[in-house]
Amino acid sequence: MTEESKLKAPDDPEQDAVGSILSVGEEFERESVPQSHLKGLRSFIGMYAGEHAAGTEFMIGPLFVAHGVTAFDLLVGLLLGNLLAVLSWRFMTAPIATRVRQTMYYQLERICGYKLVSLYNLANGLMFCFLAGAMVSVSATAVGIPFNMTMPGLNDWLPNSVGWIIAVVAVGLVIGIIAAKGYESVAHFANIAAPWMVLVFLACGIAALPELGVHSLGDFWQIAKERIWTGSVVRTPPKFTFWHVVFFAWFCNLAMHVGMADLSIFRFAKKARYGYASAAGMYVGHYMAWIAAALLYALQLQKDPTNETVAPGPMAVNIAGLAGAVCVVVAGWTTANPTIYRAGLAFQILFKKWSRFRVTLLAGALATVGAIFPALVMKLLDFVALYGLILMPMGAVIFIDYWVFPKIGLKRFFAEVAQLNFNWAAGVAWIVSLMICLFLNLYFGIQIFFLSLPGWFIAAILHLTISKYIQRNHQIPGETI
Amino acid sequence: MKTILKIISYCALAATVVPSSLVYTGTIELELHKTIMLVGMIVWFLTAPFWMDRKNTA
Repeated sequence: MTEESKLKAPDDPEQDAVGSILSVGEEFERESVPQSHLKGLRSFIGMYAGEHAAGTEFMIGPLFVAHGVTAFDLLVGLLLGNLLAVLSWRFMTAPIATRVRQTMYYQLERICGYKLVSLYNLANGLMFCFLAGAMVSVSATAVGIPFNMTMPGLNDWLPNSVGWIIAVVAVGLVIGIIAAKGYESVAHFANIAAPWMVLVFLACGIAALPELGVHSLGDFWQIAKERIWTGSVVRTPPKFTFWHVVFFAWFCNLAMHVGMADLSIFRFAKKARYGYASAAGMYVGHYMAWIAAALLYALQLQKDPTNETVAPGPMAVNIAGLAGAVCVVVAGWTTANPTIYRAGLAFQILFKKWSRFRVTLLAGALATVGAIFPALVMKLLDFVALYGLILMPMGAVIFIDYWVFPKIGLKRFFAEVAQLNFNWAAGVAWIVSLMICLFLNLYFGIQIFFLSLPGWFIAAILHLTISKYIQRNHQIPGETI
Repeated sequence: MKTILKIISYCALAATVVPSSLVYTGTIELELHKTIMLVGMIVWFLTAPFWMDRKNTA
């Protein structure tokens, strides 16, 4: 057995903690990971490559096309955006993770207090539900094919057929029940499916090329500009520029890197430079897979320019047959399942008396209700940006708490030190930074894709200044004035 | 036995991706590529669980 496969064995909680961020609560939940349990680079490469070849990749690539991006903006913008994402993991997440070696949730609780971290969990849980909903929708597009189901349109907000609702509810029900029963068997299946899925993405892209008119490498650039990413037709606004692509690629996993959720992963890394392992996910899932999915959509548009809907099932069947349909279902299912499970874990803090089965079913039901509305998946780029934006301020809080506080004489982990349930400095930084971002969006028209960068600095400054005031005026138990 | 299963699994992965290159070069038709991909998928899921991530199934 390879080191990588060992690490992904869910009946070993510590190993699984590296294999999936799901299991952050399974072991070393409230302590630093000891040296004896640190893992090698290969484990992280495997994990990132698998985690980022998900069902939603089938949507994102085509949505770039629908937003009227040009070939240069897409191909170069993704290279740069993904590089920035990798550097964020490497230089923001991994250094703190390998020094503190605690989960993000535990660090946040020590900084923010139990009540504030519970609020964060609620927000996180809801975001997970809707993300899982998008994955359910992706699977439903493949499940509906044998029934000749009418696929939702690109700009549909409401379900357009009873068939769509039935397909979504059926898929959501199955995924919800399996998630509620525990994610182990699906996690095992997902590990097996991952290499195959990556190759299906690749195969779809390569096989689509001659259909699009690419018969040699020399043809590619011309066809890319004229038939794939033409930049001339905007099927769904806004029109994407180079900077839209860069910022989307950088921030689509914002909650994980700048938002610090992957502290829970990299706490097992021997060295901070293992943060570079995220490149496996970025350049396989968020480059190759997005491009391959875009080719499928471009092919669909070439065959029928009026068929603008982004339905991964039919697109994949068109080029890969039944294997493509299975890949869409599996990609949606294997990623929705752990996402619903994570949402259930997050909600369990609120519904303490409910069993994990019941609370995960609730999360599955929420995901399914969300999936019924095609807007969730057709506006996936906006939702992913919103998801990162909402959770990002807490990453700024952790970053400032770790790097800046000791240098200016403030105490790290203040909620723990002062025995607070709710650290107002972090709470105000979170809420007010989001309100300012909303203001920037509504009154200055700054699109959601660009809000997180100023939002991070706003949250950081707010946390710093309010903490300075609070810590100066707060009597710490046991300390004399 | 495990080695044989591994070889079959890797062949299945090859059957998933190699036909697309043959479509690109014009050697085979798209329909044949779809069929080979389907066979590759079936063989992969029938063989990989026996050697990949085995600790899981214990």
